[in-house]
Amino acid sequence: MYSEKVMDHFQNPRNVGEIENASGVGTVGNAKCGDIMRIYLDIDENQIIRDVKFKTFGCGAAVATSSMATELVKGKTVQEAMEVTNKAVMDALDGLPPVKVHCSLLAEEAIHAALWDYAEKNGIKIEGLKPPKADIHDGEEDAAEEY
Amino acid sequence: MIYLDNAATTKTAPEVVEAMLPYFSENYGNPSSIYTLGGTSKKAVNRAREIIAASLGAKTNEIYFTTGGTESDNWAIKSVAEAYKDKGKHIITSKIEHHAVLHTCEWLEKQGYEVTYVDVDENGIVKLDELKKAIRPDTILISVMFANNEIGTIEPIREIGEIARENGILFHTDAVQAYGHIPINVDEYHIDMLSASGHKFNGPKGVGFLYIRTGLKLRNFIHGGQQERGRRGGTENVPSIVGIGAAAERAFANLEERQNKETQLRDYLIAQIQEKIPYCRLNGDAVKRLPNNVNFSFQFIEGESLLILLDMQGICASSGSACTSGSLDPSHVLLAIGLPHEIAHGSLRLSLSEENTKEEIDKTVEALSGIVERLRSMSPLYEDFIKKNR
Repeated sequence: MYSEKVMDHFQNPRNVGEIENASGVGTVGNAKCGDIMRIYLDIDENQIIRDVKFKTFGCGAAVATSSMATELVKGKTVQEAMEVTNKAVMDALDGLPPVKVHCSLLAEEAIHAALWDYAEKNGIKIEGLKPPKADIHDGEEDAAEEY
Repeated sequence: MIYLDNAATTKTAPEVVEAMLPYFSENYGNPSSIYTLGGTSKKAVNRAREIIAASLGAKTNEIYFTTGGTESDNWAIKSVAEAYKDKGKHIITSKIEHHAVLHTCEWLEKQGYEVTYVDVDENGIVKLDELKKAIRPDTILISVMFANNEIGTIEPIREIGEIARENGILFHTDAVQAYGHIPINVDEYHIDMLSASGHKFNGPKGVGFLYIRTGLKLRNFIHGGQQERGRRGGTENVPSIVGIGAAAERAFANLEERQNKETQLRDYLIAQIQEKIPYCRLNGDAVKRLPNNVNFSFQFIEGESLLILLDMQGICASSGSACTSGSLDPSHVLLAIGLPHEIAHGSLRLSLSEENTKEEIDKTVEALSGIVERLRSMSPLYEDFIKKNR
């Protein structure tokens, strides 16, 4: 049911791990729903994401979207990272089964949550960035109707 | 490949296939036809019915062939609801039934029936005191599964049967996982209706049966010809019925021996996992358990990931995680035994057959151990747990 790219990123996930003293850390999702993503960002003084790591509890798609999201933001400026939407992650993975679309939303949210943490710590404002949601699955049932 | 998903389906036994083949080719007659060719098919269907009846201590005219467990469950529950509605519209079942029972009951609730879903204890055993308390003057049916498909717990069927009988309530049991694996006697257990499915005991898919005790006044389920005593019309699926009969014959010929072999292998697998993999939990009762069922939860990891990685190593298993159920909620069975969501998501069911070997079990435990470790190394839940306990 998964594309080859999803399977590749699930079996050989890129950027798994932690960053000590990260510039920003974001954790989203909840164990109740079966997926949690944590993203660590290492951002330099020019607001370039030098390194990124992730840890994910979740299904194959959750791991693959985390892995792909880290690939897509690595080396980008924080403003460019804002353009890594869930659709961009999905497209890069050659799509996801409809029931797994929420995993790509989770990846986008995890990046945003880590950027928010970085922005808060450094007292800067990133255009278009909203505070992380308490629960990524809020309102998901409505979204599911649209599939 | 190491096949450890026999609760999902089993391999059709070669002798079952062989028994079926002539009924696709030379013996193609319709059992309802009066000439010899038809008679050959009729005899074969009757023979299968005799084998199954004998295996349950039932009479041949109490066995009705269906397309499988789901149809049998639907037939039993809906027909009792319809036939006994003047007596009452209350049904008692358990929280851990298969969806074939649960969704049928939910549908009946929309038709004005009331259903009590009785709780189970932490091992998945139906709480008999709750069940007794749920009985009302208008209760017409108790439906409790013989053994659970996910965690393998064997229910106190004899006691439930007695409770039903004492209260003049009909008793149906979904025995899809139990039939052909453990001994069942419909009189001893006071069972009025029993559902079973061929492909769970090395028979073909798409065929099952419903046992209906003589004297039950049920409406005809499928209106048509006089097949299955008029209760379920339609030309019999002769090859499949021959197949389920052959599979039952085979299953009961070595039942005890197979039970012992599988139980030994099961307990070895359980002990190996408990020894080699930390932070795991055996789900279901350790003793009142199907001989072929093993179900564990592994903390900090998610079941679907586990299944894909096991599949990569040629191991077939299943999980009660949300991702495998197509919803956000993990298995209703695991939640009913009181598991928190995150533990339920990390469940794994390994269901054995007599063909599995100790070597296969060893390989599986080795693979599993590595996969669990790998998934934990990338789990934020595990990271938090380790940091907290440092």
